[in-house]
Amino acid sequence: MAAEPGRMKGFYITFAVVAVVGLGAIAWVLSRPSTVEIPVNVTVQPGDTAGFQGYVLGSPDAPVEITEFADYQCPFCQTFATMQMPTIEDRLIKTGRLRFRYRDFPLPMHPHSRLAAHAAACADDQHKYWPMHDRLYQGQGDWSESDDATAIFRGYAKALGLDVAAYDACMTSARYAGRIQASYDLGVRYGVPSTPTMMIGDKLYSGRLDSDAILHLVDSLAPVGAAADSASHSR
Amino acid sequence: MAVALLSLVGLFVSLYLYLYKLGKVGALVCGTGGCETVQLSSWSRVFGIEVSLIGLLGYALLLGIALYSLRPTLAERPGPTRLLAALAGGGVAFSIYLTSLELFVIHAICRWCVASAIIITAIFVAVLLDSRRFASRVVRA
Repeated sequence: MAAEPGRMKGFYITFAVVAVVGLGAIAWVLSRPSTVEIPVNVTVQPGDTAGFQGYVLGSPDAPVEITEFADYQCPFCQTFATMQMPTIEDRLIKTGRLRFRYRDFPLPMHPHSRLAAHAAACADDQHKYWPMHDRLYQGQGDWSESDDATAIFRGYAKALGLDVAAYDACMTSARYAGRIQASYDLGVRYGVPSTPTMMIGDKLYSGRLDSDAILHLVDSLAPVGAAADSASHSR
Repeated sequence: MAVALLSLVGLFVSLYLYLYKLGKVGALVCGTGGCETVQLSSWSRVFGIEVSLIGLLGYALLLGIALYSLRPTLAERPGPTRLLAALAGGGVAFSIYLTSLELFVIHAICRWCVASAIIITAIFVAVLLDSRRFASRVVRA
């Protein structure tokens, strides 16, 4: 069927319009920051915290336990995680003297901290909580001021070998928003004033607590020799 | 001409879904939430290949053939139309399979997938209507 020139001209114009509209729509969705919203102040349901007591490193038999209330977007928490934590792990956690518990305490002024906490929770689904925890703190400078933290966290998930489709489903469902809120509420009840705050027993230690200070604290609470023999630390 | 236009629209729909799977466009604009369920299900891949990528390549192929068949020298030849009919027929069969999965296995409907199913069906119908001109010529001959 040889189309008449007038009809072909109409076709080309229609084709061009569809192409321009389609390309424009694709360009628009690509330019949007790919954000995932983690709701704030959600009502915590019993199921949100069932069986969850924070993220734990170290032996259940360790004589001392520290609970850290921290915010992924807090610079001091980053310094603690990247500079102090390796020493604490080597000298206290791996030796069975300390059990370390991490609790989210996302401060309201940090727009991405809940998102980061949720990304870590989703990594925990795939048994990669601590690698994601470390990666989030290492990369804090890259995502803290970014408009597209969601995509950066997704990149971390991919680099850590997570099943990205399952990670995406977890993030878009915001299924751990209640758990994060519960940890925050717990910190508020304990009187956590800032991040990072370490809780040992019922005492709170906030500010720039370094590994030496924590070593001394653990030494005073459980002198060497009192530690459990078997340390089941694993990352 | 209708086949080329519909293929172009289908190509954009598939491209959008594929970009989603690549993590480039954030959450899908869907309305019901069923899109995420379908796209993140294990059925969103066939033999390890993203269904959206299969759609993207399929529509690109249909578009290429449809545009090529518009050349005046090919206007009287039935070959391109038969090729389009075969491809679009396969596309319709694949869409029926995918839609039945949505309805009876995944229990979620992705509007973009429904849009694609409608587009490929429309392409198939347009190709069949176009192919009638060759059949009528055979009868007259």
